[in-house]
Amino acid sequence: MSLKFTKDHEWINLDGDIATVGVTAYALGQLGDLVFVEVPDEGRMLSKGDEAAVVESVKAASEVYAPVSGEVIEGNAGIADDPATVSGDPAEDGWFFKIRLSDPSELDDLMDEEEYDVYVESLD
Amino acid sequence: MSAATNSEDTNPQDLLITPLDGLHRALGAKMVPFAGYAMPVQYPAGILKEHLHTRASASLFDVSHMGQGFLRGADAIQAFETLVPGDYQAMQVGKTRYTVLLNDQGGILDDLMATRIADGLYLVVNAACKDQDFAHIEAGTKGRATLEVLTDRALLALQGPKAGDVLARLAPETAAMTFMTFKEVTINGIDCFVTRSGYTGEDGFEISVPSAQAEAFAKLLLDQPEVEPAGLGARDSLRLEAGLCLYGHDITTETTPVEADIKWVVNKRRREEGGFPGADIILAQLQNGTEQQRVGILPEGRAPARDGTEVQDLEGHAIGTITSGGFGPSVGGPIAMGYVQSAFAAPGTPVNLIVRNKPLAAKIVKMPFTDKSYKV
Repeated sequence: MSLKFTKDHEWINLDGDIATVGVTAYALGQLGDLVFVEVPDEGRMLSKGDEAAVVESVKAASEVYAPVSGEVIEGNAGIADDPATVSGDPAEDGWFFKIRLSDPSELDDLMDEEEYDVYVESLD
Repeated sequence: MSAATNSEDTNPQDLLITPLDGLHRALGAKMVPFAGYAMPVQYPAGILKEHLHTRASASLFDVSHMGQGFLRGADAIQAFETLVPGDYQAMQVGKTRYTVLLNDQGGILDDLMATRIADGLYLVVNAACKDQDFAHIEAGTKGRATLEVLTDRALLALQGPKAGDVLARLAPETAAMTFMTFKEVTINGIDCFVTRSGYTGEDGFEISVPSAQAEAFAKLLLDQPEVEPAGLGARDSLRLEAGLCLYGHDITTETTPVEADIKWVVNKRRREEGGFPGADIILAQLQNGTEQQRVGILPEGRAPARDGTEVQDLEGHAIGTITSGGFGPSVGGPIAMGYVQSAFAAPGTPVNLIVRNKPLAAKIVKMPFTDKSYKV
């Protein structure tokens, strides 16, 4: 298992060629209480940077981008049914979708946990 | 994830602050730019809890960014009536009325609260419009009344079903006040202008206090067991559930009170006499109807439809636009308001909302989305 991060505050947990994607606790804290989540359908082909999912708080809507290219294996129906799950456990039950990587070299551009922590500190 | 951007982004160094700025920061508020001020959008509890607490108990909101003023003079009421469609001559001293400043096309320049006081009116206008409102009122009443803009007073809103109990504990003489009435009261030595009013759909008060004593007064209210602080985020979701218009979104210079479905601001005597800006247009619209009107819109699913969302009929023709939309915490789902062609304005009419290029089923509904509970 290896955890990677994007500057857009997605986390990517890699297991073989399957990446599980979620949103970091930092980003969720910025957004506030979630009231709506939309996850991508199984089979959808995503290119890196595509709008893959939607998160909405009382005040605003934000997009979750595909951090890597590939085919969606599963969207997390649990968080679509109960958006509060995401904020409660962003790193586990709060995952958004699983994607089968089409270009593993895209992972090279991502940050590891230590780099992400430094990046977040630089934002405040 | 894309950052949730604030549409009114301003350089933080240029922002004005209210007398409660230090208190907001001490309470852990998330501060955002709004109408040129640094304002608390939420406190650590978050918008959902702040909203629900307001409906269940009482919340304290800082609305000191709004403009306050006195319009005084023997002819102040008549002069003010040349700018608004409300009947202030028939109103008793101590009564408050919601009204709108109109342009010559009948479009709305701002909405405001005006209270009759002994020698004129006490006015509360929106923060974003206050400079132009006061300039407009001063020019429009020149030679007939004197405008005094109050720059040394804060404004606090105490809102919620327990607001009456809370204020009665501190100032027993407020207990008998009914909604839309005004009283000058001294609380702990602080000179307060108390209006039983608000913009949340709940009973409550807006209380003007001298800036120097604003923090002490806010702390006194927050010390009451029923009261928690609430920010602009909750204020917006509360007013949307209550079906109340947000200036610049739901009412603008491009909409008349008739289109905005607040035709009750044109009081009976004024309908008969006219004499307010855009009267010809507004009186004709009252007679003949309008091409578009403001309605409540209830999305059927769970996705919120935001300001700017296109409204279509079931054949895919554009029939209108959402002007305020989001999630109603007390409703437990998405709610919206906007303008549609009048042929589609009847409650129950099915429409589609185009969200992320997909049609979302919705229907036109009556507002408010939640019951109002004013003390009458």
